[in-house]
Amino acid sequence: MIRAGDAPTTRSAKAANDVHARLTAVTRIYGASPSGARLHALGPIDLDLKRGEFFAVVGPSGCGKSTLLDVLAGLAEPTEGEVVFEGQRVRGVPDGIGVVFQEDASFSWLTVRDNVAFGLRRAGVDAAETARRVDYAIGFMGLREFARAYPAQLSGGMRQRVCIARTLVLQPRLILLDEPFGSLDQQTRLLMGDELLRLWRETKATVMLITHALDEATMLSDRVGVMSARPGVFIDFVETGWPRERDSRIVSDPHFGAVTARLWDKLRVESLKSMGTTA
Amino acid sequence: MTREGWIRLGVVLAATAALEALCRFGAIAHTVVLAPTEMTISLWRILLSGEYNADILLTLRNVLVSSAIAVGLGFALGAIIHALPRVRGAVEPLLASYYSIPTFMFYPIFIVIFGVGSQAIIAIAVLLSIVAMITSTLTGLDRIPPVLRKTARVFRMSPPARAVLIDLPAAAPYLFTGVKLSFAYALIGVIASEFILSGAGIGYSIAYAYNNFSNQRMYGLMLLVIIVATAANTALDAIDRRLQSRLRR
Repeated sequence: MIRAGDAPTTRSAKAANDVHARLTAVTRIYGASPSGARLHALGPIDLDLKRGEFFAVVGPSGCGKSTLLDVLAGLAEPTEGEVVFEGQRVRGVPDGIGVVFQEDASFSWLTVRDNVAFGLRRAGVDAAETARRVDYAIGFMGLREFARAYPAQLSGGMRQRVCIARTLVLQPRLILLDEPFGSLDQQTRLLMGDELLRLWRETKATVMLITHALDEATMLSDRVGVMSARPGVFIDFVETGWPRERDSRIVSDPHFGAVTARLWDKLRVESLKSMGTTA
Repeated sequence: MTREGWIRLGVVLAATAALEALCRFGAIAHTVVLAPTEMTISLWRILLSGEYNADILLTLRNVLVSSAIAVGLGFALGAIIHALPRVRGAVEPLLASYYSIPTFMFYPIFIVIFGVGSQAIIAIAVLLSIVAMITSTLTGLDRIPPVLRKTARVFRMSPPARAVLIDLPAAAPYLFTGVKLSFAYALIGVIASEFILSGAGIGYSIAYAYNNFSNQRMYGLMLLVIIVATAANTALDAIDRRLQSRLRR
């Protein structure tokens, strides 16, 4: 097994230094109108996502992690500041961004195959190309046997695979994941993490993962951003130093414990704050 | 068929057999209730003779027209009420208590407006069935998971595309429950209205047979109504169960 930090030249972050998405002084305030009750949810946030990196965000509950994802995806407007993706200011969901949510977003009325093909058919991709890409995505996510099944016939983990395949098939250049494994058991989460890493390597996409699980953030990412209690701002960025070729077996690496401990060290105080307690 | 299905069939067959025995052995007078086998023979003769074909077709047509109006209008009203939260807050308690009002008492109003005939019958049947569709539409639209709306935005779908490709299929199981109920209420509304508002139709024919002491015809036609209602409900129920099975566990 390649050890983290043993071969600095293989580190993926080094290979991709150009900025893929940039948030500049982004804040999000709910009820910002004069009449509404104000809730300062996020920011100000400055963040550069490097092209091809796997970036994870951890933070206490309610710190604005999901709001950050919504703003970056164009699902929510920042109250102040600017979001830029591939050099263009984000207004609405731009082409090239795929999102996987925590909740089951599979279409219960469509078979697995039709779920995965949905976006391609919407985009008017011809039938032969759609079939080719759907076959690949279904095979990649281990869904071949279930291609004709409906989501209700699948487990929660399998349904989440359907959602990932539906995103993957559109070949997004930036994949945003909002606690996609949050509702799954620990073993399934580790295995899904491996599949996510395989997907990331294969597609060369930039990935931002929102998670509350420190071990998941440590295992999967090149870099972890630690957020403060609400209003969420980044209080630390931790480089994990893992090689690009990695899988869930790195959880037994001593460096894994060191990175997770550092994250928890930063996060503990913020989590206590969000619970209304002090250290 | 499921075990419950067999038990259900057994209960119906046992009740029918018991009624047959009670009628055949004179426990129930022949002038009061006919034995089920006699009802069946009477219905067979009615269908063979064709003398009630026009009435049967008229009733079925009125039921279908009433259901279609109730489903279409009920869905549209439900969607509008769902889109206007203040209106919904105002009318929802009225919808909830709607079925406590005996709608049939309004029949003189409909006679004044439409006269005696199909239009008044359809109006009463629609009045009786539309609220089931409105409430099912509200439930269906409420139950669309918010994450599907977010997903539609990620797919950069326009509001009409989202409505047709996401909202409608996601709400379909609940909407179909409304369709099923609307049909059942429309059938009740049409047949019951024909007793008082019509000179034709199955309901009128049953009342006519009753007034003329024609038990054979009355029970034959009543059996026909039961068969039509059961067959339609079974068919709609099969579709309903298929849609419900696709809902998330």
